[in-house]
Amino acid sequence: MVEFSLPKNSVVGKGKSVKAEGAKNTKNFSVYRWNPDDGKNPHMDTFEVDLDDCGPMVLDALIKIKDEMDSTVTFRRSCREGVCGSCAMNIDGKNGLACTTAIEDVKGDIAITPLPHQEVIKDLVPDLTNFYAQYASIKPWLETQSPTPEKERLQSPADRKKLDGLYECILCACCSTSCPSYWWNGDKYLGPAALLQAYRWLIDTRDESTGDRLDDLEDPFKLFRCHTIMNCANACPKGLNPAKAIAETKKMMVSRHG
Amino acid sequence: MAKAKRPLSPHLQVYTFSAAMAASIIHRITGSALAVGAIFLTWWLVALANGHAYFNEVQGYASHPVGRLVLFGLTFALMQHFASGIRHLFTDAGKLYELKTNRNTAVATFVFAAVMTVVIWIAAYKVMGAF
Repeated sequence: MVEFSLPKNSVVGKGKSVKAEGAKNTKNFSVYRWNPDDGKNPHMDTFEVDLDDCGPMVLDALIKIKDEMDSTVTFRRSCREGVCGSCAMNIDGKNGLACTTAIEDVKGDIAITPLPHQEVIKDLVPDLTNFYAQYASIKPWLETQSPTPEKERLQSPADRKKLDGLYECILCACCSTSCPSYWWNGDKYLGPAALLQAYRWLIDTRDESTGDRLDDLEDPFKLFRCHTIMNCANACPKGLNPAKAIAETKKMMVSRHG
Repeated sequence: MAKAKRPLSPHLQVYTFSAAMAASIIHRITGSALAVGAIFLTWWLVALANGHAYFNEVQGYASHPVGRLVLFGLTFALMQHFASGIRHLFTDAGKLYELKTNRNTAVATFVFAAVMTVVIWIAAYKVMGAF
């Protein structure tokens, strides 16, 4: 349902402010905090970070904050090189990976909040259960009916090329949680990430369930809630274009009806 | 211990607005405005069929500064919705998804609407002999 304002328990208040003593080159990081154990509303804590003693990326600053200023700051991270998708968050009003977003690319103070319109588990950690369930629902694996060949199922280089711009998705959820349509109908609309993956299997020449896959998507909500708002493609840290994949899926849907 | 109910993370409150985002929401708003405008148009047509006296009365409302302002807004709504509709035609055909092109065409719908609205009104005033 469309609900523009946040529920009462989610309204963000002002938190504490931690200064970097004696530092000359600093930047303020305003970080969303919510502790499931204290019964209080979420709030923004401001940390002044000494940039002369910090790595170049937003993730470096977060790790420094956790290491030196407040060890309770909670966030997901792993690879720190844009491969795992763990540190997806909203940085300065745009979804992205903290590890591939340079501090110097953000002007002024940096506000960091969890991926938008998700239930928060703690601080910057959202609950992505629904997101993963939707991914599973599109059957992200090769479906075949023909007898299994002795060796691998072959694919021409040209057919393999069709998967470029699709297979690179790291399922960070930056796109889906940037999408207003997904905010309002995330329970029924699959969202850009799952739909990009759905298309990845639809155009895989080795897959033999194209018809069934399209049947599954033929629904007023699952696919057709995309209104080409384009936040997904603008947010994707891998430079992919889910909106385009969705458009191609819609075209497949139309052309099979002749 | 019972955990507190999880909050919903900020969405509209924090997300940076883009041209494409604006084009999408304003396409909906202008579409709704035009639905209301269609009622006005019907009213005007009914008045036209109702004879001189009533038509003059309705024409009077339309000529009132407030009426003019509403009509000016509806002109913009029509032009924006028209341009944005054509843009949607292209996206439905799988075009205009390249990020820069997409952004520029979103901006173009507003520029087109603004320019066309002014042109239409200048033409209308010229025809009426206002200047």
